Amino acid sequence: MALTNERIKERLIEKFGGEITGMEEPYGMLTFTVPAAMNLKVMQFLFDDAELNFRFLTDLTGANFPDRKGEELSVVYHLHNLQANVRIRMKVFVPVEKPDVFSATAVFAGANWMERETFDFYGLNFVGHPNLKRILNVDEMDYFPMRKEFPLEDQSRTDKDDEMFGRGGSQF
Amino acid sequence: MSRPVQYNTNVKIVEIPEGYSGEGFLATSFDKAIGLARKNSIWPMPFATSCCGIEFMATLAATYDLARFGSERMAFTPRQCDLLIVAGTIAKKMAPVLRQVYLQMAEPRWVMAVGACASSGGIFDSYSVLQGIDQVIPVDVYVPGCPPRPEMIIDGVLRIQDLVANESLRRRNSDQYKALLASYNIQ
Amino acid sequence: MSEHINLPEGSIEKQTTTVNLGPTHPATHGVFQNIIELDGEVVVSAEATVGYIHRAFEKIAERRPYTQIQPLTDRLNYCSAPINNMGWLITVEKLCGIKLPKRVDYLRVIIMELSRIADHIICNAIIVADTGALTPFTYFMQLRELAYEIFEEVCGSRLTTNIGRFGGFERNFSAVAWDKIDQFIERFPPALKEFETLCNRNRIFMERTQGCGPISAERALSYSFTGPNLRAAGVDYDVRVASPYSSYEDFEFNIPVGTTGDVYDRFMVRNGEMHESLSILKQAVAKIKALEEADPSVKDVYYSTEAKHLHLPEKPDVYTKMEALIYHFKIVMGELEVPSGEVYHSVEGGNGEVGYYLISDGGRTPYRLHFRRPCFIYYQAYPEIIKGSMLSDAVITMSSLNLIAGEMDA
Repeated sequence: MALTNERIKERLIEKFGGEITGMEEPYGMLTFTVPAAMNLKVMQFLFDDAELNFRFLTDLTGANFPDRKGEELSVVYHLHNLQANVRIRMKVFVPVEKPDVFSATAVFAGANWMERETFDFYGLNFVGHPNLKRILNVDEMDYFPMRKEFPLEDQSRTDKDDEMFGRGGSQF
Repeated sequence: MSRPVQYNTNVKIVEIPEGYSGEGFLATSFDKAIGLARKNSIWPMPFATSCCGIEFMATLAATYDLARFGSERMAFTPRQCDLLIVAGTIAKKMAPVLRQVYLQMAEPRWVMAVGACASSGGIFDSYSVLQGIDQVIPVDVYVPGCPPRPEMIIDGVLRIQDLVANESLRRRNSDQYKALLASYNIQ
Repeated sequence: MSEHINLPEGSIEKQTTTVNLGPTHPATHGVFQNIIELDGEVVVSAEATVGYIHRAFEKIAERRPYTQIQPLTDRLNYCSAPINNMGWLITVEKLCGIKLPKRVDYLRVIIMELSRIADHIICNAIIVADTGALTPFTYFMQLRELAYEIFEEVCGSRLTTNIGRFGGFERNFSAVAWDKIDQFIERFPPALKEFETLCNRNRIFMERTQGCGPISAERALSYSFTGPNLRAAGVDYDVRVASPYSSYEDFEFNIPVGTTGDVYDRFMVRNGEMHESLSILKQAVAKIKALEEADPSVKDVYYSTEAKHLHLPEKPDVYTKMEALIYHFKIVMGELEVPSGEVYHSVEGGNGEVGYYLISDGGRTPYRLHFRRPCFIYYQAYPEIIKGSMLSDAVITMSSLNLIAGEMDA
């Protein structure tokens, strides 16, 4: 019997009940939200269960929603069941004051650098990560650049005229 | 049946610099003779970071052969090179490395910035990209393009050759050069 | 006597030497660094650091309209830039729900397989050059020039192509382009055969690369490897087969799979993939001919009519019809009509699964765009792979993983 989105939903609700929220299927990929404290439990369940068998972490990334108070930062996991060829997306939301998420390195070795990159960009603190430090930006950087409040350009550059690029400084 | 031997008679020969010549000797100035020798044997060091590096590799390959212009040996160490070819984006994390490589070069040294990213930051006007390598090291020739065609890179090397041929032997000790280096905090 | 020799604390007692490999490599690989602890010639441990070409693609993407993100995707895996372009185009087409005509799909397949061949040409030639054999690189790079000429005919640029537009291509393939594609199909097999004769069963090369830098399938899956590196370890996962896009389900091809995941297996997997890509290329050309014979009007189709609001209209229409003029203005100004939603789509790039996770809020720029970059993900396994091998083996392992710095740091 092929693994369908309905079957995955059934199994998840059966095991975790109302903890799993926000179930939807944008463009055919089952997406659900899990409370931050339970992300490892759900991932381990999806990994170990013989029928669900989500043993491949396709992607781990973050996003910043400054308008969602109490849930500004999110971690998005894309999991893949290679045998049945099914993909799902798991989301976790945390507040920006206390952005703690359990690290997935216990389950997937590949989560190591993906979590470091998400930490580097958003400041999410992955609890239990073996080596959580900046990976892509310079080590001395003191802010988390992908958060929406920070600008793209280096503000101290003098050779580019912002007016010409349609941003900053004019009467609009 | 073997191909008949073909001798290449269409070889471009460099002109003799002007000077006083006689039976078996040519008296000319050091500048011209040394300039001529240097310009036709520039050993570049490719500092290739990204896409321009691949175009640079294509320039070295057989279709656009850079070795025709004297750059036969790519010196992969700054200690043995004359020309530092920076091809590709330089991020702020990489800038100290670039500076250190430049400092390890021995005089006379030239720098060529290949591509839009090395010249001015290119399309990446962001917090992590150095907006042009001339923020950290003095540059002699800028080759624009994203990536520049191999013909343009060769044109850049030819401009460097012009600079090399016409450079005075005293330039590296002159006050102007020292002031230039001082403006980059290089002793 | 030892007061004027300044050694770091504890370095005389230390049994291992620290060697810094990078970030400036001899031109070929790209900028990433390895700090390796050596015991004599054997690697005890390594630490990989990246970020030396971090260009903040994801932050830039939040600022640029959808058409302006396409040149950014070129610069991810710049050895096979068209594949990244197509991946982005297919992602946005998935978001907007646009279906493409078969001819356009087959044209895209031609371009993608051509760039896959070009990527593997560089990778295999560099693996061989790193073991010391410099000649195959010079001879084999000529084929890449031929691929460049085809790209130039279609889109104008050699390397960072920005090829394709939403819904199809920017222009139809010209007769010169088709001629060059036929030339490529003719000239590539003998050149590949020459390369194979030099390297594949070469005793020196085999002894040098077999058993060097292996990785087991379990570790590779745990590290989220994809692409030729995973297939060399024994897992036959290929995005073109698992989640077909752009009509790949119409094509018949094999997936070469290795056993031990060492340097030789990766080399041979890429070699096999070049053969398969050539076969797909020939099938695509034949299928397009068949489509055109069945219905000659199809010859002028190079983009989908469903993408009228995303693809620049024909110039005669822009000058005469109001609707076309408005679409032209909106597209050039970046005000594209894109629905809000979130979509993840991946394509099989030269190095593995290149994924695009796009969250759109209906505005002119994406709300969040994340690139799933295979090089970044599998480079973290490098310290584990080289542990216990010699320094020179570590170098060829690095080149066999086909690490492209642009994709690693984005």
